[in-house]
Amino acid sequence: MELTLIKSIKDLPAEENLFPGTPTCAGCGGLLALRHCLKALGKKTVIVNAAGCFTLLSVYPFTPFQNSWLYTAMACAPAGAQGIRDALDLLIKKGRLDPAEDLKVIVLTGDGVAYDIGLSSTSGAIHRHLDFYYICSDNEAYGNTGFQSSGATPFASKTGTTPIGKTSPTGTILAKKDLFEIWRSHKPPYLATISPAHPVDLINKFKKAEQYKGPKLFISLSPCPPGWTADPAHSARLAKLAVDTGLWALKESICGNVRHTVIPRKFKPVEEYLKEQGRFAHLFKPVRQEDVLKEIQEIVDTYWKDVQKKESIKA
Amino acid sequence: MLTGNTSAAWGVRLAEVDYVPTYPITPQTEIIETLAKWICDGVMDARFVSLDSEHSMITAAGAASATGVRVFTATSSQGLLYGFEMLYTVAGWRVPLVMVNVSRGLSAPITLEPDHNDILAARDSGFLQIHCETCQEVLDSILMAYRLSEDERVLLPMFVNMDGFHLSFTREPVEVPDIDEVRRFLPPYQPNHAFFKASQPMAQGLAAIGGSLYSYFKYQMHLASMKALDVYKEISGEFEEIFGRRYNTIEEYMTEDAEYVLIMSNSFSTLGKAAAENAREKGIKAGLLKLRLLRPFPEVDIKEALNGKKVVAVLDQNISIGKGGILYSEIAGALYHEQGKPLLLSFIGGLGGKNISSQEFEFIFDTMIKAGKTGKISAPLLLYTEGEWKEMERLKHLAGKRQES
Repeated sequence: MELTLIKSIKDLPAEENLFPGTPTCAGCGGLLALRHCLKALGKKTVIVNAAGCFTLLSVYPFTPFQNSWLYTAMACAPAGAQGIRDALDLLIKKGRLDPAEDLKVIVLTGDGVAYDIGLSSTSGAIHRHLDFYYICSDNEAYGNTGFQSSGATPFASKTGTTPIGKTSPTGTILAKKDLFEIWRSHKPPYLATISPAHPVDLINKFKKAEQYKGPKLFISLSPCPPGWTADPAHSARLAKLAVDTGLWALKESICGNVRHTVIPRKFKPVEEYLKEQGRFAHLFKPVRQEDVLKEIQEIVDTYWKDVQKKESIKA
Repeated sequence: MLTGNTSAAWGVRLAEVDYVPTYPITPQTEIIETLAKWICDGVMDARFVSLDSEHSMITAAGAASATGVRVFTATSSQGLLYGFEMLYTVAGWRVPLVMVNVSRGLSAPITLEPDHNDILAARDSGFLQIHCETCQEVLDSILMAYRLSEDERVLLPMFVNMDGFHLSFTREPVEVPDIDEVRRFLPPYQPNHAFFKASQPMAQGLAAIGGSLYSYFKYQMHLASMKALDVYKEISGEFEEIFGRRYNTIEEYMTEDAEYVLIMSNSFSTLGKAAAENAREKGIKAGLLKLRLLRPFPEVDIKEALNGKKVVAVLDQNISIGKGGILYSEIAGALYHEQGKPLLLSFIGGLGGKNISSQEFEFIFDTMIKAGKTGKISAPLLLYTEGEWKEMERLKHLAGKRQES
C-alpha cells in the first residue's frame, strides 16, 4: 500500500462521516478528534462502543454516523469487535458475504473504559492480534457520570471523587496510568497518541496505521469543558497547550519502536495549561501550591529528557 | 456411548455452527475442548476463539450473531455469573445463539457439583431455557434450540442446561443423528434482521432513553418469548417426524392417574422417577412432572398436567435465600387461579450435588400423603439426612468449631 501523508490542514479529507447535531457538550474535544478520525477511516466501518459520553451519540431512532454501530457494555467493546471481525471474516471466507461489503472494525471508548474496566478485554484483543482500531477519547476522568477520577486522571486534578478539602488540598495524589506503555507492552503493530488540535498529525497516523493488520490503537487527549471547568471556546487551544507544554506527548509506536511526532521547539511552562482549568484551580488559589506545580513541571521535564536521550541515540 | 458434554459438542457439530467463542470452566470445559479438536482437525468448519473472560465471551458471541453467523458458546456457574451483564444485553440485541450451561453450585463456599441457582439466576434475562435429563436430550435440544432461537417470530438467544458431573461426565447411549436429516430439520441461518455490511449501515444495540421506548422493546422481548411456546410445539412436532423422538415442554411420568405428583428438573429427575416407581409399588399413586422448557414458562401445560391432582410437591434443586425454592414460587403462581387446585408442598434438596436418597424421597411422599389428610402445609422443607448431619458435626469438630454445650 502506497503511503501518502498530508502536509497541511488544507489537505484534510473533505468527507464527513459524523454529522452535526449530537448531544455532546459544547466544545467537546473528543467529538472533534472523532470527526477527524472518521474522515481518515471512511464510511465502510462499524463502531463498537462501550459505555461513556459517546454512547449518547446514537440514541434510538437517531445516529449521527454514516457507518454502522453496536453499543456493547462498559467492559467489553474489544470483545464485541472480536465477534464482528471474526464473523465478517467467516462470512467472506464461506462465500456468504461479498468482500466489498467488508468493514473496518473500530472500538470507541472513553478513558474510564480504556484505562480501567475494559483493560482486560483490550489486553485480550491485542494479544489475539485482532485486526481492529481502538480510539480512546481520554478526558482524564469518568466524564459521562459527571467527572469522577479514573486511572487516566492526572496528578493533582480535582474530580467529583477527589475533591479539594482540609484533608486533601491536592486533589488526586495518584499518577495518570501510562496506557501507551501498557498497550505497547503487548506489541501491537501500530499505536499512537493524537490530539484534536493536531489534525494533520492525526490523519497521517491513521494513514500509517492502515498499512498494518492487527491492533491499531489511538489515545486522544480530549478537552472536556464541563469536567475541566474550562471555556468551551478554548477546547482547541487547551488541546494545543497540552502539547506545547509537553504534558501530552504526540508519539507513535510502530511494532514497538517509539517516535515522537510533534516536539515543541520551546516548551511552555505547564502552568499556562493548568491555570486555565477549574480542575487545577486549587493549585493557584487561595494559596499557590508551589511544590505541586514544581512536581508537575518536573514530571514533564524528566519525561522529555528521557525522550531526547532515547531518540537522539537512535537518530 | 457419549458423555453429556460430548453430546453437547455433537449437537453443535451437527448444527454446523460457524463460530465458537470460549472460556474454560469446570465442568463445561470438555465441550469446548472437543470442539477445539474437531475444528483443529478440520472436521468442523468453524472458528474457535479463546476469550479473556465469560463477559467477553458472551459479548463476542452476541456481536458475531449480530453480524450474521451461527454461534455457540458454553459456560457454567461462576462463569455464567461473571458474564451476567451480557446475557441481558445480548438478549436485548435480539440475536439468536445457543449457549450450554453446565450447572454447578455457586460460591461461596466454592464447590463443584450441580444445583440450579446458576441457570435460574438467568431466568429473567430474555434467554430461553431448556433443561435436560439425559445425554440424548442434550444433543437433541441443541438442534431444537437453534431452530427456536433463529425463528423470526422469536429471535432470542437460548440456553440448554445440563447438570455438571451427574450428566456432563456420565456416559449414556446416544443416537447421533444423520447430518442430512439434521440439515432438513435445521436449515442454514439467514440473518434477515441483524447484520453488518458496508452497503446497509445499521445501528444495533443503541440507547433508548425514556420509559416508553424502553418498555416497548422489553415488551417486544416478552411477547416474542411467549410466542416461542407455540413455535416450540411446531418444532418439536417436526423433530419427532424426522428423528422419532418427542420432547414436550414438560415431561409427564406416570402422572395420568397419579394423586401425588413430584416436580423436578434436570438429571436428578431420573432419581425422582425411580422414587415414583417405588412409591407405586407401595400402592401410592405417585407420578413425576419434569420441567423441561423453563423459559418461556409453559404455564398452560403445567396447569393441565396438574389438574385434579391431590398433592403436588416441588423439589427445588436451588435456594432463593430468604424465600425458598424458586420453581415452587413459579408453580404456585401458575396454579393460583385454578379451581380445585392441588395442595402444593416445597422441598429443597440436591444443593451442590448433594445426593437425594430413597429415604428422602420416601419422606417427601409421606409428607405429601400427610398433607393430603390434614390439609396442612409447612414452610419449605430443607432435606438433610441424619447421617449427613452427624458427618457435618464431625467435620465441624475437625475444623476447630467447639461443641456447643
